[in-house]
Amino acid sequence: MSAAESSGRARKVRLSDREGFLAWAMLLPSVVYIVALVGVPFLLAIAFAFSDVTTGDPSYHFVGLRNFRAIFHDGVFWQALGNTLLFTAASMALIVVFGKILANILVADFQGKWFVRFLVLLPWTTPVALSSISWLWFLDSIYSPVDWTLRRLGLLHGNVIWLGHSGTAMLSVVFVQAWRLTPLAAVIVMAGLVAIPRDLDEAARVDGAGYWRRMFEVTIPLTLPVIAVAALFGAIMTFTDMTVPYVLTRGGPTHATDVLASWAYFRGIEGGDVGQGAAIALFLFPILLAAAIAVLRAVRRLGLR
Amino acid sequence: MSSEDAAAAAMRADGVAGLRRRYARRYVMGRVALYAMAVMAALVCALPFLWSLISAFKQNQDLYNPDNDPFVFNKPATPDHVRYLFADTGFPTFVGNTLLVGTAVVAVTLLLALPAAYSLARLDRPWGTPMGIGIFLVYLVPPSLLFLSLTRVVVALGLADSLWSMIVIYPTFTVPVSVWLLIGFLKAVPKDVEEQAMVDGHSRLGAFVRIVLPLVFPGIVAVVVFAFTLTASEFVYALAFVSAAPGMVVSTGVPTQLVRGDVFYWQSLQAAAVFTAVPIAFAFNLFLDRFVTGFTMGAVKT
Repeated sequence: MSAAESSGRARKVRLSDREGFLAWAMLLPSVVYIVALVGVPFLLAIAFAFSDVTTGDPSYHFVGLRNFRAIFHDGVFWQALGNTLLFTAASMALIVVFGKILANILVADFQGKWFVRFLVLLPWTTPVALSSISWLWFLDSIYSPVDWTLRRLGLLHGNVIWLGHSGTAMLSVVFVQAWRLTPLAAVIVMAGLVAIPRDLDEAARVDGAGYWRRMFEVTIPLTLPVIAVAALFGAIMTFTDMTVPYVLTRGGPTHATDVLASWAYFRGIEGGDVGQGAAIALFLFPILLAAAIAVLRAVRRLGLR
Repeated sequence: MSSEDAAAAAMRADGVAGLRRRYARRYVMGRVALYAMAVMAALVCALPFLWSLISAFKQNQDLYNPDNDPFVFNKPATPDHVRYLFADTGFPTFVGNTLLVGTAVVAVTLLLALPAAYSLARLDRPWGTPMGIGIFLVYLVPPSLLFLSLTRVVVALGLADSLWSMIVIYPTFTVPVSVWLLIGFLKAVPKDVEEQAMVDGHSRLGAFVRIVLPLVFPGIVAVVVFAFTLTASEFVYALAFVSAAPGMVVSTGVPTQLVRGDVFYWQSLQAAAVFTAVPIAFAFNLFLDRFVTGFTMGAVKT
């Protein structure tokens, strides 16, 4: 074996052994990718918000705060903002409560658990556009099976027309969103539940604590960080999501269920006014940032345990 | 033994038996409550799918009569609408596209996320933890904030209406969450395993590829399933990037192509929802436990 060959091999081995080099080399592709396709588009979105770019005329002209002035004078924007907050708060409350209950059921041992888990996962694993379409039928103005059941129970004459009135339309959108995200929240909370040391629960049981006492004084305090993570996931996914309102109501009736994301879509893509769409979407960001910081702190607390 | 002692002992025995009875009763009640809750949870989550499945096989006169019981067949079942879905609509194309995009996205995701996760989990750098949290936070940046500019990017790259637009963009949301999960799985592998491999003559990189990767294979499969689920569900990007039917995936193709103006092909739509939902839920359920442990480990140990 020649000296050059062996020294060459030694250098190669050394390069794939050097941790500092490896750590960067292995991380870099992901970082470059994310900066290129999340970081840059994000800055681009900010730039669009200050421009007059439309889908018909993509040339860039800086127009200052004109887009913001326009959306502030538009009543629909404020309505969409209010709807977004209501939509998020209401579905998040449902998601957290039912996610926690569902997680408690799913970590218990019982016959047929596999099948129950499979059924419970369905709302989340179904592409949201498809499950929303199914709900469109269940809430149909004439043929709704929900109405049929209510009529059969004698609670209703005629039809509710769920998606035709602003109140029931919002109720439907909130319910469908909660229905579809609860399984995900349950899975996240499950992760926290299985991480609780068993002996803690046992000790409380030996000390004579009943089910509800153990639930509220041991389990819930210990899983609070995970519940917070689940809640924030749900909140962020709801806050920024437009699929359920888009498919179910198209923002209607008369913008009663328009959220910021759907309004940005209607303005920016379907209306072609990219600048205004970006300005609307940008309003998602300060609230997201606050939520992200909250997630971070929840994760920290999780890490300290 | 005095009679008093005997009476006390009897009372104590009685007390123990009573206590046992009470515990037994409490246990039985707990089980009954658990089963009742489980059945109820399954019903609330799955009832719409049961409805969909029944509706998919209904005749028009049966479905479009508000007085008919929506839970049973009032007229004989018909496979016509399901056959229509598979033979005369773009549904098979959409399924093919979804599988293609999903597979490609999962491959790209693993190529990017596996090394990144290993770097953050094992090659202890001082910037490891903040970087890990930073990547996780990217997952929280929503499509609805980025789709406007990403649509321009896609058009500029000449990828509009092509499957490539989704393959290029989708890893922006699958990579962060996959890194997060993989960190958890990688940290569960004892460090001795790698050290032994390096003593045996593997390089650091070689130890990762040949020894660690096979050990975390079940975790990788869980990540694959999760990433695929996210990809199949995505809606906003797919809607904004692709407007021609041949390039559509299930999540956009079904709602846009099976609805003509005001005419909804209801039975076919319901069938499409069920046929898409069931396989994904099935696969996800197989790896649910893995997914749950990955989430905890990533969270507890980062």
